[in-house]
Amino acid sequence: MLSRRNPQLNTHGELIHLLSIEGLPKAVVTQILDTAGTFLSVNDRDVKKVPLLRGKSVFNLFFENSTRTRTTFEIAAKRLSADVINLDIARSSTAKGESLLDTIANLSAMQADMFVVRHSESGAPYLIAQHCAPHVHVVNAGDGRHAHPTQGLLDMYTIRHFKQDFSGLVVAVVGDIVHSRVARSDIHALSILGAAEIRAVGPKTLVPGDLREMGVRVCHDMGEGIRDADVIIMLRLQNERMSGAMLPSAGEFFKSFGLTAEKLALARPDAIVMHPGPINRGVEIASEVADGRASVILPQVTFGIAVRMAVMSIIAGNEA
Amino acid sequence: MNLSLDAEALYAQLRDRVRGVVNDDTRLVGIWTGGAWLAQRLHADLGRPGQVGVISSRMHRDDFGQRGLAAGADATELPFAVDGADILLVDDVLQTGRTIRAVINELYDYGRPSNVRLAVLVDRGGRELPIAAALAAATVQMPPAQKLRLARADDGRFTFELEGER
Repeated sequence: MLSRRNPQLNTHGELIHLLSIEGLPKAVVTQILDTAGTFLSVNDRDVKKVPLLRGKSVFNLFFENSTRTRTTFEIAAKRLSADVINLDIARSSTAKGESLLDTIANLSAMQADMFVVRHSESGAPYLIAQHCAPHVHVVNAGDGRHAHPTQGLLDMYTIRHFKQDFSGLVVAVVGDIVHSRVARSDIHALSILGAAEIRAVGPKTLVPGDLREMGVRVCHDMGEGIRDADVIIMLRLQNERMSGAMLPSAGEFFKSFGLTAEKLALARPDAIVMHPGPINRGVEIASEVADGRASVILPQVTFGIAVRMAVMSIIAGNEA
Repeated sequence: MNLSLDAEALYAQLRDRVRGVVNDDTRLVGIWTGGAWLAQRLHADLGRPGQVGVISSRMHRDDFGQRGLAAGADATELPFAVDGADILLVDDVLQTGRTIRAVINELYDYGRPSNVRLAVLVDRGGRELPIAAALAAATVQMPPAQKLRLARADDGRFTFELEGER
């Protein structure tokens, strides 16, 4: 995957695609977060648009449906003045048998400047980045179980916003980690930014043991997992990715690993609770917590637009 | 060409001339980074009411296609209504005028000011756009390749840094 050099970076070490947080230099991650901060204010202007991507075409290629993520990318691209074309590929050409690379070649012939790709197969955005024209940039909007880098970055932005510094932080990622590209991206980002302790919390069937090799503390007990945590990232229970008997039932899961006010009291008093959405109330998180004082779930959504604006404007300005 | 620019002496001149052209409703807006330092110090030294604004050119720069997005966390903050405001933009060095063009676009994203003027520490010539400063503490001619940048010491004192061929 990372053969000679990181395919996301040009020879000057500048970001040209965003495919995964894994392997990104800390300076690049920090640059994205700093830049996102400057884009937040665009929401406060009379004119909620800046001209950085004027005349550029951003193609949203969602091979897997996700209305919300697609919408946030669309808003971000439009605030940068790009033309946005949404392709609901799940229901079009691939259904007629066209290969991924043929689809990309066709769309490139329509003068695309950037592809935002969501795909159920891990690695699909890498394949596209390797085969598209040199001036075209690719953003991974979630590939299989592999990575969801913009979600990871917006989570880091949120943590930095509320906690400023990562060096003393205990961060617990809770739930269905084995199926979660968000968890993987968060763990890579937290380790790049130097979080003091990263915990992966969940039942044995949903937390891969090899996370220990990445310096992650694996906890199969919720109390142990969130005790004294500064940040709790709850993951969605991915029913659609679940096959076989990995879980007894959603109710059983909530009893052991659902975040209730009672369990939240084990964390630090100023702990924040995050969730990538959409939330399953009463499955991984209780309503009183999702709507409570510690919840920063809605700020995450707002920050997500600024982070996606930052990523798109940074990569669009760098040449391959 | 041997050029010595005393940034503190020029600042004192700029301060006295700015005092003469502003009223209580005028808003000082400094351009990141050097202009923001100047505007903040002018605001304090002149005992001005309200808050000083800072403005960044990066969202409207015309060299995005060649140079990409400028690094840094400089964000525009205009803690007052821009609509109908009397704005005095402040910058350290005026050269091509491209930063000023970008900053005026940025300003208009926030509203329609009644009046916009520009005060600079040094006008070094080399304009590429029809832009002029209302106030300049010094006017000099410098080779285009030479870089002139304001620096601020920990105690707040200004100096000029010169780089490149003379």
